[in-house]
Amino acid sequence: MTANRLTAIAAWTLAGLWLAPLIFALWAAFHPFAFSTRFDPFAPLTLENFVSAWNAAPFARYFLNTFLVITMTLAAQLVICSLAAYAFARYRFLGRNLFFSLILVQLLIMPNMLIVENYRTTAALGLVNHLLAVGLPYFASAFGVFLLRQTFMSVPKELEEAARIEGAGPIAVLRRVYLPLARPVLIAYGLVSVSFHWNDFLWPLIVTNTTASRVLTVGLQVFSTADQGVNWSVISAAALMTSAPLLLAFLIFQRQFVQSFMRAGIR
Amino acid sequence: MHRRNFLKLSGASAVAAALPTVARAGKVIDLPIYYPVAVGGPIAKIMDGYAAAFHRANPGIRVHPIYTGSYQDTTVKALTALHGGGASAPKLAVALSVDIFTYYDQGVLVPIEDLTQGDHAWLNGFYPAFLANSRLKGKTWSVPFQRSTPVLYWNKTAFKSAGLDPDRAPANWDEMRDYARRLTRAHNPKSATEWGLQIPSSGFPYWLFQGLAIENGQTHLAAADGTRTYFDSPETIGALDYMVDLSRKARVMPAGIINWGTTPQDFFKSRCAMMWTTTGNLTNVRKHAPFPFGVGMLPKHKRRGAPTGGGNLYVFTNTTAEERAAALRFIRWVTAPEQTADWGMQTGYIATSPAAWETPALKRYLAGFPAAAVARDQLKYAEPELSTHENQRVTQVFNNALQAALTGQKGPAEALKKAQADADAILQRYRV
Amino acid sequence: MAVIAPTLPRVRAFRLGDHVVAWALIAPALLFLVVFTLYPAAATLVQSLYSTPLAHRPSHFIGLAHFRQMIADPTFREVLANNLLYAAGSIPLSVALALAMALLVDARIPGRGFARMAYFTPTVLPLIAAANIWLFFYTPGYGLLDQLLNRLGLPGVNWLGEPATALWAVTMVAIWKQAGFFMIFYLAALQQIPPSLREAAAVEGASRWHSFRRVTLPLLGPTTLFVLVNAVIGAFSLVDSLFVLTQGGPDNASNLLLYYIYQTAFQYWDGGYAAALTVVLVAILALAALAQFLFIGRRTHYR
Repeated sequence: MTANRLTAIAAWTLAGLWLAPLIFALWAAFHPFAFSTRFDPFAPLTLENFVSAWNAAPFARYFLNTFLVITMTLAAQLVICSLAAYAFARYRFLGRNLFFSLILVQLLIMPNMLIVENYRTTAALGLVNHLLAVGLPYFASAFGVFLLRQTFMSVPKELEEAARIEGAGPIAVLRRVYLPLARPVLIAYGLVSVSFHWNDFLWPLIVTNTTASRVLTVGLQVFSTADQGVNWSVISAAALMTSAPLLLAFLIFQRQFVQSFMRAGIR
Repeated sequence: MHRRNFLKLSGASAVAAALPTVARAGKVIDLPIYYPVAVGGPIAKIMDGYAAAFHRANPGIRVHPIYTGSYQDTTVKALTALHGGGASAPKLAVALSVDIFTYYDQGVLVPIEDLTQGDHAWLNGFYPAFLANSRLKGKTWSVPFQRSTPVLYWNKTAFKSAGLDPDRAPANWDEMRDYARRLTRAHNPKSATEWGLQIPSSGFPYWLFQGLAIENGQTHLAAADGTRTYFDSPETIGALDYMVDLSRKARVMPAGIINWGTTPQDFFKSRCAMMWTTTGNLTNVRKHAPFPFGVGMLPKHKRRGAPTGGGNLYVFTNTTAEERAAALRFIRWVTAPEQTADWGMQTGYIATSPAAWETPALKRYLAGFPAAAVARDQLKYAEPELSTHENQRVTQVFNNALQAALTGQKGPAEALKKAQADADAILQRYRV
Repeated sequence: MAVIAPTLPRVRAFRLGDHVVAWALIAPALLFLVVFTLYPAAATLVQSLYSTPLAHRPSHFIGLAHFRQMIADPTFREVLANNLLYAAGSIPLSVALALAMALLVDARIPGRGFARMAYFTPTVLPLIAAANIWLFFYTPGYGLLDQLLNRLGLPGVNWLGEPATALWAVTMVAIWKQAGFFMIFYLAALQQIPPSLREAAAVEGASRWHSFRRVTLPLLGPTTLFVLVNAVIGAFSLVDSLFVLTQGGPDNASNLLLYYIYQTAFQYWDGGYAAALTVVLVAILALAALAQFLFIGRRTHYR
């Protein structure tokens, strides 16, 4: 019993530590600047920091850009990875092991580490400052191929054969048999992908220079490095604002979120 | 409120009328211009307002201001976009005046003389201190736009409670150190502030340090041709000795690196009584300081001095003849006295020409807020900011040396000698 | 576990035309993979052997000159040492914390859902946003950490402004950011351990610690490896916080390899040297991969 209580105390302490930055940001964001580091419980609440942050930079546009990037990237990833995963799970073909090993290379060396060459490629394609460039290098996700292949392999072959007898081609089999059964994993992968690309910074920083193509993370950075210094309250408001949709979604769908991550990880 | 007046005024601006028309009717020339936001205030809105006003006065030209982050981001982004090509590559940019070598070495700049085709007497209308960083190989490569210089801000309430005259800034190095001592709580328990002084040293410590170096007699930190630095001169070393001693020996300034971004906040929260930072902060301080404050020139030592800073307008080689003419038209419009005065009042930058200070609007503003003139008056002592070939790398070497000394890793002389050797190695191939 | 299986299970033989179908299916993935991972990796190697072009000096072959420059470059040595320290600090700590977190919320305690939420939250916060909040934490004088120290009667510390602490301050943020993410994998693995196994150990009178060491820990082996690999990748790719917290300073005390590559490529415009630095980064990760393959080859019997 006491051991259990100790466990609980440890868990709660750690939880408090882990949430502290967020709580601190919430405090600063919802109170006037004068109270940003004075923890007076009677400090007046205000939304003014959010208003000034919102007005100081084109955050609406940044939100739209991030939304477009993650939607586009996820859609492309789901299509491209499903196709490849299906081939690796169910076909035997020349070069199969070689190609699979090549894909696995990307589990380790992500495109965002090869910034110099990938920038050159993007520039050569004339895609600098296009939203497409932010997502493009991630379209073929080794993680996605790997995850879906594992899932597809667990689908009973009889189901595929039944569909084949009815005359379905490979794409039809994939759509009618495999994808419906892989739904939980597709959702899990989607959540991982969305949170990764929502948070991605270095690559978008390099390939986007304009308001029209800048995503939230880069917008936040550009906003918070003005030479006249920072105002905690407004920066906190901006930081919370840019994290809010993902954070709220996480708080509301916490159980699904965590389970999805687990599912994505354990296959 | 200034803005509306100004927009009306500029519609009929004499400058606009005097220039030849550049665009044929019906065809609109597009000019993307990258610009940084380095100070507080709604810079983006002001820029968009200028672009709109200019377009109204010149329907054949449309300037597209594109906000690109900090100064450093702007140069990084402008160069990447120019290398990458494409429709959104900038035709102009507002970038650090000291990035001249960076752009020049990449071969992307059009000299202003090529734009003006002989008529460049108007360039002499700017303060000479602001043009110093624009000249290279006998040509002018940029036009002063948003310029600044560091000044000293002080907390009058803190001065009063420490028994100092609240209306007088420290005049020289010794006085600044003495004042700072009385304003540091460890030395004076009655002090309202924890520390006497903060000279920020994160990110780009060289700029504020250069003020000290000039005051100590090191007029330039680099040769005008950008191939040689003077990091290890006795004057430079002496200046760093003084700066390091402020925190390590006199203990009137926090030890370690002082964050540039949080220093104004430290000032507002009475963590420090005096701070060195850009004039560009004037509006910010005026808005947020919960106490009366003063603005003064940097204290003198062997002489008075301060570096200039801030951004100029550059025109890039990816422009057609027509676009160059349009770019010139915009540059002359936006640097005309009315606009320059308006820009200064709205942002805290120093209006770049004496003519701007003669405009009724700026005179009125100055009458109500005399502190705004301190930076202008300091200009006669100002020297060009450190600028060399491979500027980012050389300044980084110098910054590292300053930080190493400020954090006690190395002695000032040792750190600066190494920085000089590193800079020599980098600049070797430019000395032909 | 997402352990990388080097060999693929055998599948029934298909007709010859199936080769074509399979190639068509993997073609899009392969195309993007080649363009944005394999080609750039190879091109980086080639570029590292060429000088950086300047306006009046085109690029030319210089052999290993960049690598010689690297050996003589004190900044590179410092950055590499920093990165190894960053790895040595963040990997064991975040993995150990992740395991502890998983065990804590796996126990039947009140508020475990809340605790799990708290641990996981940093994973969904953009690092760049989180770093801005941490900057606030570390600010000398009135930042949260210093306020806390002052309450305890201790002097404040200039966390980000002193070479002795800057790197650790940055490392803390990485641990905070990653531990909750790794926890999920441990949690998943823990929940897959049949309760009967642990119960059996309890019946035999084994202490909690003993049953953890003898039963639970070995079963978590493959998870630990997977998490370790991710932690290694994180230690060499998580540099976003530097943009906000220290810009690599003071005097490179907190500079990391990928950030130095960014500086070299996009601030100093030295693409050739940046390519050579990238080669080192990739080599380090490849070594880590090799170690992983070797380990997993030996350890798969746990599965």
